[in-house]
Amino acid sequence: MTTTTPAGLEIRGLTHSFGSTTALDDVTVAVRPGTVTGLVGRNGAGKTTLAALVAALRPVQAGAILLDGAPPWEDPEVTSRICLVRDKGGVVEDERIRVTFEFAAMLRPGWDADYAHALLDRFEVPFRKKPQQLSTGKRSALSAILGLASRSDLTIFDEVYLGMDAVARRMFYDELIADWIAHPRTIILSSHLLDEVEDLMEDVVILDRGRVVAAGETDAVRARHSRDGAVASLTDVLVSLSTPSTDRSTP
Amino acid sequence: MDAFDDRTPIYQQIADRIRGAILSGELSEGEQVMSTTQYATTYRINPATAAKAMAQLVDEGLLEKRRGLGMFVEPGARERLRAAGRATFFARSLDPVLAEAATLGIPTDQIIDHIRRTR
Repeated sequence: MTTTTPAGLEIRGLTHSFGSTTALDDVTVAVRPGTVTGLVGRNGAGKTTLAALVAALRPVQAGAILLDGAPPWEDPEVTSRICLVRDKGGVVEDERIRVTFEFAAMLRPGWDADYAHALLDRFEVPFRKKPQQLSTGKRSALSAILGLASRSDLTIFDEVYLGMDAVARRMFYDELIADWIAHPRTIILSSHLLDEVEDLMEDVVILDRGRVVAAGETDAVRARHSRDGAVASLTDVLVSLSTPSTDRSTP
Repeated sequence: MDAFDDRTPIYQQIADRIRGAILSGELSEGEQVMSTTQYATTYRINPATAAKAMAQLVDEGLLEKRRGLGMFVEPGARERLRAAGRATFFARSLDPVLAEAATLGIPTDQIIDHIRRTR
């Protein structure tokens, strides 16, 4: 088993459009190596596009993404250090989980098969099934397991726990913290469940309509938005920084 | 220990709890404090948050870091906290109570009687 080297991520002037829709607008932000960094924003803020570009699932249109100084696009040495998981995708749906695990073992230098199996037991995901046969909750858990057991230098969990119930999510947070302490690496956590994850994130990046509206240490960002002697929650911060939905259609 | 409230930054709450434990004697001088890792896994918080609390207490001379071992309560920490608490006790704790008593129309004699009976 190889040891992980927490990766630093730098994004400069990243702009990305789908037709006439601008998904990311001049995003410049750095993710410190070895942190758990939150990626936060309303639906359509650009979180998933950003995650997909970092994981080199799409080519960069304008700007730059650098993982420890190297662009990930079409460079297997860089992409093997990055693992992006979502609540679905990233598995071989119509073959038993074993096949997905075999791919992970080939593609992920840090893959820990023993840990993956321990997680299957903990989340009660039946190893003999095919991903497409799993319930939504177990299917989400399988994605989380792939992200955790890959022990990638940069792991992005993009709304991975969407299908999980409250108990499974708590198990996920427990595993994430414990395994990240044991195997330090860079984690990007994108979630809508801000109350559940805000205390896990050392740093946070807040997107609104494709732009970075706040970034830095979570405590500092929350402190900046605090009033009446009570610290602001990330939800408070997001409410005050996001464009109201009534204005969202205006250019 | 209960979960944290969400009005105060968690690192401050951790620091306050450790101060409280030193003051009450629950943590004695020279005793090891729960590690940042234990805090993180017990309360699902980022270890950096716990580390921030520890760093603050080291700055205040209440904890000392022993390399590779962890954080320990400094000798004299309890007395330092007691002295600091005494210095601010009247302004911080008693004055608001007396102000409330005045608002409620409770005469000073009655307050003094109460103190004599309960101590």
